[in-house]
Amino acid sequence: MGDGIYVRRLKAWFGSALVIKGVDLTVAPNAVTAIIGPSGCGKSTFVRCLNRMHETVPTARVEGEVFLNEEDLYAPGMDPVEVRRRIGMVFQKPNPFPTMSIFDNVAAGLRLAGVRRRAVLQEEVERALTHAALWDEVKDDLDKSGVSLSGGQQQRLCIARALAVDPQILLMDEPCSALDPIATAKIEELIHALKKELTIAIVTHNMQQAARVSEWTGFFLLGELVEFGVTKEMFTTPHDQRTEDYITGRFG
Amino acid sequence: MTPTARRRIDQAVSSLAALSAMVVIAPLLMIFGFLIYQGASAVNVDFFIHLPKPVGETGGGVANAIVGSLIMIGLAACVALPVGILGGVYLAESREPRLPWVVRFLADVLNGVPSIVFGIFAYTVVVLPMRRFSAFAGGLALAFIMVPIILRTTEEMVRLVPNALREAGFGIGLPQWKVTLHVVLPTARAGIITGVIVAIARVAGETAPLLFTALGNRFWHQGFDQPIAALPLQIYAYAIAPYDDWHRQAWAGALVLITLVFVTSLAARLATRGRTVAR
Amino acid sequence: MARSVTLVEGASGRAWRPPAATRGRVGRIGDPLFRALLKGSAWLVILLAIGLVIALAWESSGAVRAFGLRFIVTSTWDPVAGDFGALPFIYGTLVSSLLALLLAVPLSLGAAIYLAELAPAWVRPPVAFLIEMLAAVPSVVYGLWGIFVLVPWLRDWVQPSLGRWLGFLPLFSGPAYGVGMLAAGLILSIMVVPYITSVAREVLLAVPNAQREAALGLGATRWEAIRIAVLRYGRSGLIGAVLLGLGRALGETMAVTMVIGNRPAIAASLFAPGYTMASVVANEFTEATSDLYVAALVEVGLLLLVVTIVVNALARLLVWSVGGPAAGARE
Repeated sequence: MGDGIYVRRLKAWFGSALVIKGVDLTVAPNAVTAIIGPSGCGKSTFVRCLNRMHETVPTARVEGEVFLNEEDLYAPGMDPVEVRRRIGMVFQKPNPFPTMSIFDNVAAGLRLAGVRRRAVLQEEVERALTHAALWDEVKDDLDKSGVSLSGGQQQRLCIARALAVDPQILLMDEPCSALDPIATAKIEELIHALKKELTIAIVTHNMQQAARVSEWTGFFLLGELVEFGVTKEMFTTPHDQRTEDYITGRFG
Repeated sequence: MTPTARRRIDQAVSSLAALSAMVVIAPLLMIFGFLIYQGASAVNVDFFIHLPKPVGETGGGVANAIVGSLIMIGLAACVALPVGILGGVYLAESREPRLPWVVRFLADVLNGVPSIVFGIFAYTVVVLPMRRFSAFAGGLALAFIMVPIILRTTEEMVRLVPNALREAGFGIGLPQWKVTLHVVLPTARAGIITGVIVAIARVAGETAPLLFTALGNRFWHQGFDQPIAALPLQIYAYAIAPYDDWHRQAWAGALVLITLVFVTSLAARLATRGRTVAR
Repeated sequence: MARSVTLVEGASGRAWRPPAATRGRVGRIGDPLFRALLKGSAWLVILLAIGLVIALAWESSGAVRAFGLRFIVTSTWDPVAGDFGALPFIYGTLVSSLLALLLAVPLSLGAAIYLAELAPAWVRPPVAFLIEMLAAVPSVVYGLWGIFVLVPWLRDWVQPSLGRWLGFLPLFSGPAYGVGMLAAGLILSIMVVPYITSVAREVLLAVPNAQREAALGLGATRWEAIRIAVLRYGRSGLIGAVLLGLGRALGETMAVTMVIGNRPAIAASLFAPGYTMASVVANEFTEATSDLYVAALVEVGLLLLVVTIVVNALARLLVWSVGGPAAGARE
């Protein structure tokens, strides 16, 4: 049985502005959950609350419960640094470390966690790059700079970097929005392969992508979760009028 | 490394960084404190309106030094303002490919030249031909320091003027030079003025370039082509002399100087707050 | 250019028609006079830079002809005999500047990291402001404080202690005058810290946030994120900031002159008095009696100019490589 995330009564603030207004949601184990909605609806903020990235911004605040299986990630004794290791994140614009080689990029998280032995690092880096469908393309160029790759390759490098520390959950915040259609297709293929071993939540503004890759979908509007359900059903027979309006393109 | 060890290192580094920041500011508070402690007693009306007393006698003031500084700053401004402001406008408005780059690079290089070297330059260009030390020489040395500063700040401020304003001027049929003079410059005026004030605050405290150009004078200057006193020069002369009373006057002069420099710098920074180039 | 305004009544119902001559201007800087003024000013700046180098080269030519390369490696400075060698000043400048950097760099980088990454929002503006004010303090004021506060403190407390515990090292040997290389290094470090801190802070602020987030997302602590994402990314800019500080230290005149002891000798101990290139020019220029003496001093000034130009140009290139040409421009 895989790992799931269970969110109860989540609220989030930037300063005095309430941007997530009380959300209950489940990120199902070994499945892909898509978070959709128009710009500014809070989907990125929501997902960043799941791995405690939201609080790295000054004046940001969170209330509510986020459970990883049975553990409350916001419990007082919980180390946010450890949470972020266990819940990986891939960002909108690929952000490999430019001063590091491909190898060092993927190994970065491992080194932070204390892995020193070269043999172990090499094995883990190869494993992560293979899982990210990038190994064959870079295996002879591991010493090249992380930014010498194309956009799509850089994003897969970032995925490999996130996978290297063996996270239980992978969060993806609009991972394809800066990529061309071919690179996007490769990443969607990758998501299909990854979800067999990993639980994934993906934020996307592209509804067709949500329909292609996810089992579950949550529709956010102005900081509220308007509707949540099986992807196929949501896109064919939405329950809420606002969902239908969004899906048919009346706004957003 | 265990997670607790990593957390401890994180906390230790944060503390060290905060400590560094405190150590860095400490000298400012110490120096300013000392200036007030040592110099405040000597700062009185006499200090501002009297000439220095002869060696050995107590009392006297730095009136001639203050006036001398003002005169040389004025002379410097006469040269540096036109060259700096017009040059800065050129850098901001010109579309030529290479010349602006060269000027910008040279201006940045000049910004890093030690001020005493400008003193040597002014010596060769003014003092040698005139065969005497003078306010002109000192003023010119200060002008050399001011030009690159005013050049770059003017460029920055003119660049900030939105293109829409220029286009509005063209749109009503104004020629380029009128657009620059009547639309762009008035809009950038406040920023340019504060850039000038910053440059003045900088040269007001300069001593080295005046050592062998203006030379200094214990009396009123006899003309701009004669040696002239300046506040920093006087402070220096008093500081290295063996008389306690002169030391007290050095502290007082330093207090006056630092207050002027601070107040003008502060005013300039406050006035341009929110107007710096977005990065 | 005169523009005559003719009131035309009736015609098209309008009271005024623009004169035909002003239509059809092309080009960015159209008017020749204005353009000439602007370009002329730009050329004056170029002239200033070139003239500076030429004037110094010209005035020092007498000494260059007389001593050649010996000037840089000999230690005799004898105005009476007309024999000049600048080695003690070059040594003094380098040692005092390097000592200053040794003390200033860790503190400046620490303060810059604090201001750019760690400090709470309300702390940053006042502290940054105070550091900028430190940079505005005139050199002669630092020197004054140096003579009457720093030097006695060194002479009465620091140097005797150092001498007692570490006096076996040649670095800390010799009598405790107070004035000397140690005093010069200390006061230079205080003067240089604000420059390095402000430029380093701007370099760190120019690092994109995405880099920090990438590291945090992997499970890095705040310091680890700074170490692997921010500091590495801004590395060349930080080196540039340090070089800018070095450039300032090399050219500092008054404060150093007032505390270094002004003795043209090379000594191993930090307690010994020394002399820098800027100081010898400041002290002896007005007393230089012969043409050769003046030429030698101008040559020292020329050397100083060349060294500071090289260091500063290198520094700017490095700083620009992180933040672009605007970074660090205001200092």
